[in-house]
Amino acid sequence: MQPIKTFAARLLPLPSENIDTDQIIPARYLKVTDKAGLGDALFTDWRARDPNFILNQPRAKEAGILVAGDNFGCGSSREHAPWALLGFGFKAVISTSFADIFRNNALKNGLLPIVVDEATHQQLMSLAEEDPSAQITVDLAAQTITLPDGRAVTFPMDGFVKQMLLQGVDEVGYLTAKADAIAQYEQAHGGTLRTQPSLS
Amino acid sequence: MPQTLFEKIWNAHVVAQDAGAPAVLYIDLHLVHEVTSPQAFSGLRARGLQVRRPDKTVATLDHSTPTKDLHLPIADPLAAKQVAQLEANCAEFGVPLYGLNSERRGIVHIIGPELGLTQPGMTIVCGDSHTSTHGAFGALAFGIGTSEVEHVLATQCLLQRKPKTFQVRMGGALQPGVTAKDIILALIAQIGIEGGTGHVLEYTGNAIRALSMEARMTVCNMSIEGGARAGLIAPDDTTFEYLAGRPFAPQGEAWERALAGWRQLPSDEGARFDQTVTLDAGALEPMITYGTNPGMGVPISGRTPDPDALRDVGQKNAARKALDYMGLRPNQPLLGQPVDVVFIGSCTNSRISDLRLAAGVLKGRRVHPRTRVLVVPGSQQIKRQAEQEGLDTVFKAAGAEWRESGCSLCIAMNGDQLEPGQYAVSTSNRNFEGRQGRGGRTFLASPLTAAASAVEGQIADARMYTG
Ligand code: SF4
Repeated sequence: MQPIKTFAARLLPLPSENIDTDQIIPARYLKVTDKAGLGDALFTDWRARDPNFILNQPRAKEAGILVAGDNFGCGSSREHAPWALLGFGFKAVISTSFADIFRNNALKNGLLPIVVDEATHQQLMSLAEEDPSAQITVDLAAQTITLPDGRAVTFPMDGFVKQMLLQGVDEVGYLTAKADAIAQYEQAHGGTLRTQPSLS
Repeated sequence: MPQTLFEKIWNAHVVAQDAGAPAVLYIDLHLVHEVTSPQAFSGLRARGLQVRRPDKTVATLDHSTPTKDLHLPIADPLAAKQVAQLEANCAEFGVPLYGLNSERRGIVHIIGPELGLTQPGMTIVCGDSHTSTHGAFGALAFGIGTSEVEHVLATQCLLQRKPKTFQVRMGGALQPGVTAKDIILALIAQIGIEGGTGHVLEYTGNAIRALSMEARMTVCNMSIEGGARAGLIAPDDTTFEYLAGRPFAPQGEAWERALAGWRQLPSDEGARFDQTVTLDAGALEPMITYGTNPGMGVPISGRTPDPDALRDVGQKNAARKALDYMGLRPNQPLLGQPVDVVFIGSCTNSRISDLRLAAGVLKGRRVHPRTRVLVVPGSQQIKRQAEQEGLDTVFKAAGAEWRESGCSLCIAMNGDQLEPGQYAVSTSNRNFEGRQGRGGRTFLASPLTAAASAVEGQIADARMYTG
């Protein structure tokens, strides 16, 4: 994972609420065994249904931030959803709220789920709809987005996760470094369940 | 301080907690399936790591597997590759696998409980959002993504921030013809599909206590559809009776010891929840969804909404979009809506009690000529048991298809799917656009409603058949 630096990007508006992971990437694309190449499947059914759908427009490829409606990413645990968004070229999604599992999955892959209040959201949505070339700047370290009018808005971010993202490291290292504590826990609370041998 | 069931399980599983960092939470059981695991095993390999506790891990094949002609090679090359990949990964890393020809294979959330792997007080995860199902046993069970699957494979732990708690009190007694599925659809219609976000639900009250284990699993299964990570039901004698004697349940003295611990788990008198909602189960009718998320549910005698009558702009747009996709009119009664396909299956409603309910309606009746009915048991063991009870004969005599176990038409990855525009009454858990096949339109309902709709070829009120 690359460390996340401050970046500026264009916005793409997708005003629907409750966009579920089956829309982001339908299940028939989950038969892959790696993470690459899923960008083409992003919102594929919405793109097939409507030639004018925003992701079919040339501006989509120029955009780096999706501005979507409330409760983005509800539904399944498929990490293919952030993989597809990243594969298409998005670095962040802005909404008023995200579903829990999607938010976790996004952060694990360096896709920023940015939560803003209702008013800022409306402002960004209008901006994105009116001016395809408008850019905003995302500063993860400061936890701010800066709008073209110069206004900076802060967004919430878990402090621990933020450090991981700024350094470009994932959690496996942190967890494997806890090996002693894990071994101690296992000694004290072994638990009786053994899944082996499996039954025929 | 009095503690909730959730807090007791959480506290017992915190391995370490650095200041400012999330808790390192120990995982007692990790369930694995073919769709969300290949990239996690690749990650392990790339880092040169092993599976830390293959004896706390178990895998099955369910999502992309065929539900007929199991003796033939899998026709879809991508699905075949994914299946072969899981077989190879399990062999390489020593993870037990209930493979294609295993008598114990089935949907991951069905076989965990069935084999006695799912036990009270445990932490259970799976790369699958419906892991919430296992909460019916008083286990803290939640879905994770593929990165986290890799974390658990490597360390048997996860980094987690503590969620909030949400009590769902369900008083009263269900009327005849109303089931656990109707309880959960009614709850989600009330709290909305993000009502539980950031929370773990605990279902309490007489109506929950009265449910069988299988019905409790139906309720907990759909906790995620209300936005919650997990749903819990305190273990009681119903739980212990279900578990006793199952292959992986503790035996003899170990059982007695376990039982003593499990009896300590229920939330203490006076324990505080961050939120509480109360519902009266006695007032519920059979429920059905009309729209494109599980919160768009109404009583079976109800109508679609009129978007123009809705004040909230978001709701207005959502209702309009949903009706448009579903091809339904505003204010249209749901009863009488023609149905092309009925699906009885999925980790929500494919257990033996679900099949018995559906067979009870279909017995001595015929499926309507315009409707195709697929009955897909949740596991090979359920299939066998249903066949011993003659349920398969009832289904086939009625004109329904009787299949091998798997996810099937719930997620439409294995070739079982709706055609564009088709209407289905489905006992599964998601009615998202295209979930059951591109362009397909889903009405979520109970096995009783599904079976009655199969007979009439249109959405029907099962209470006419269950006298
Ligand atoms: S039956 Fe459906 S919801 Fe359940 S695990 Fe399979 S695909 Fe997921």
